[in-house]
Amino acid sequence: MPDPTTARFASHAPAGREVAVDVRELHKRYGGTVAVDGLTFAVDVGEFFGILGPNGAGKTTTLEIMEGIRRADAGDVTVLGERPWPRNPALLPRIGVQLQGSAFFEKLTAREQLETFAALYGVPRRRAHEMLDVVGLSGRSKVLEDRLSGGERQRLSIACALVHDPALLFLDEPTASLDPQARRNLWDLLRDIQQRGKTIVYTTHSIDEAEALCDRVAILDHGRLLALDAPRTLVRELDAATRVRLPRLVLDAAAARALPGADTVEEDGADVVITSRSPAQVVAALAASDRLDGVSLRTATLEDVFLDLTGRAYRA
Amino acid sequence: MRTGATTVPAVPAVRVSRRSQLAALSVAMLRGFFRDRITIFLTFLFPLMFLVVFGLIFGSQATDSIRIGVVGDGAVLDQLPDGIVDIQRYDTLAEAQEAVRRGDIPAVVSQEGGAISLDYSAADQVRSGTIQSIVGAVVGQANQSAAGQPPQFALYAQQVEADALQPIQFITPGIMSWGVATSAAFGASLTLVAWRRRQVLRRVRLSPTPVWAVLAARIGLSLSVAVGQATVFVLVALLPIFGLRLSGTWWLALPVLVAGTLAFLAVGLLVGAVSRTEEAASAMANFIVLPMAFLSGTFFDIRAAPLWMQTLSQAMPLRHMNDGMLDVMVRRLGAGAIVAPVTILLGFAVVVSAIALRLFRWDSI
Repeated sequence: MPDPTTARFASHAPAGREVAVDVRELHKRYGGTVAVDGLTFAVDVGEFFGILGPNGAGKTTTLEIMEGIRRADAGDVTVLGERPWPRNPALLPRIGVQLQGSAFFEKLTAREQLETFAALYGVPRRRAHEMLDVVGLSGRSKVLEDRLSGGERQRLSIACALVHDPALLFLDEPTASLDPQARRNLWDLLRDIQQRGKTIVYTTHSIDEAEALCDRVAILDHGRLLALDAPRTLVRELDAATRVRLPRLVLDAAAARALPGADTVEEDGADVVITSRSPAQVVAALAASDRLDGVSLRTATLEDVFLDLTGRAYRA
Repeated sequence: MRTGATTVPAVPAVRVSRRSQLAALSVAMLRGFFRDRITIFLTFLFPLMFLVVFGLIFGSQATDSIRIGVVGDGAVLDQLPDGIVDIQRYDTLAEAQEAVRRGDIPAVVSQEGGAISLDYSAADQVRSGTIQSIVGAVVGQANQSAAGQPPQFALYAQQVEADALQPIQFITPGIMSWGVATSAAFGASLTLVAWRRRQVLRRVRLSPTPVWAVLAARIGLSLSVAVGQATVFVLVALLPIFGLRLSGTWWLALPVLVAGTLAFLAVGLLVGAVSRTEEAASAMANFIVLPMAFLSGTFFDIRAAPLWMQTLSQAMPLRHMNDGMLDVMVRRLGAGAIVAPVTILLGFAVVVSAIALRLFRWDSI
């Protein structure tokens, strides 16, 4: 585990930018288990902020403390200039919350769920119908909640969180257990919501998703912040080599070592994997000898950042 | 706060209408209730099934007048009292005796000149005994009037109650109280557990809805359901086939109904506070309410029960709900009769709700 002081931190919230959420030195333990261990970060207004980490990293606890469902053992949390704990009725209308797993009234249709939440937030009923449109469920408005597909339920859940037009949205693993198609649909919806000027704080255990969606991502493990920056910046700063993979039948390991630009060569099953800091040279050499069949290139990802930070592979 | 960074200025909180929040929660609960067929069945039809079963069993015993076969004619046979015995005529004695043997009628009376004979079956000793004394009395009277002497003593028999309390009169308030109590306890506990498990409680708490609104909506729903149940139940019991007769003070049953519903709603809150799953909540609610039904005289007159059971039943809220209902619905007692039951039921509701509140959790974690 790297010392937090040497972990990579972006200088967040430059002068002049508005802060939506400010978390300082947050601590929370359940019995003997430490869930959150000294977290400090800030979310800017209008930002798509991801909290990424394996299961049990403390993501949900952190989110619940920001939402005001849980009380922190120590530390300061400010959300839109308000303290979320104890339950703060002045703050609640300004935040939208989607809980992990859905929270729906029994035996109500999609539209009735939204209408109920609209009334709880004191917004007109037509907002409920607009939200069905926004999340693409207009055609399913009369379907009972338990007959909706997983993706539809998640979209309805997000619509319920948005019905009162909050400035800040907390989403807890909105894409968990969705099929790839539904996941992509939801990504589009989330990007669209950000375009409307909302701040989004969301948790995920999916690295590729955080990379695709987030302006900045906080990588958590064991309740501690390992890194916080734009995904691309984190990857760039990792300064990792590119991996070129090709079948051994095309080129054996000894021949691969002789290639210009090849730093290290490993055998991996039926493949040879060349690690290189100048992949263009390697690929050019392969192309010159007409050996591009079955060649794949892999640049570093957030997953490599995680591996680098923790010294172990990411377990989602 | 970080230097240079500013926070979003707080906008004044919007005033949300409490009434529309309460209405929204009530409508959501009501829809959940009416869209669950099993709940509807258990709430409205299940108690009626008990009424039908017990009403018809006890009802037939009490309302049947005694049938008696008659062969031939004469002064004595003419004097058999119509209201008490149901006379069935047979052409021959043999035919009538066969009917007695088959068990169609308990006895046959035949008159040939001055001889009255009574053939009876010992299968139903109570009835044949009754018939023997009726026929005996009629024969005695006939003898006396034949002798031309005025009777020296006359017996005037009359009932104290305008109507004796027929079994249906006991059963209706009892089964009704039990039905109302069951659905109040189940309804409240299942709402609490299901809403907690489905995270609805947590989600409502994250909206600017006061938490008492959830409780108020549930109380409103339980009271409405109780009034609905009682109405359906009494209307069915009033049908001629069951023959319930309400006393003039029946409307005093309403305060008893409300107090009883609140008492069992409190039981439901307690069960809901400590149960994690709906299954556990149902089992626990059943475990509390069902034995109470048997020990409180729901299906029979508690005053006929052994003394220990009568004493034990005093500790049960259902007994007091029962008593209050009986007193004003069928026993024609006035407002004074419901003071004690209503006070006890409300006290029970307050104490149990307070315990439930202490044990209550928002989240199932």
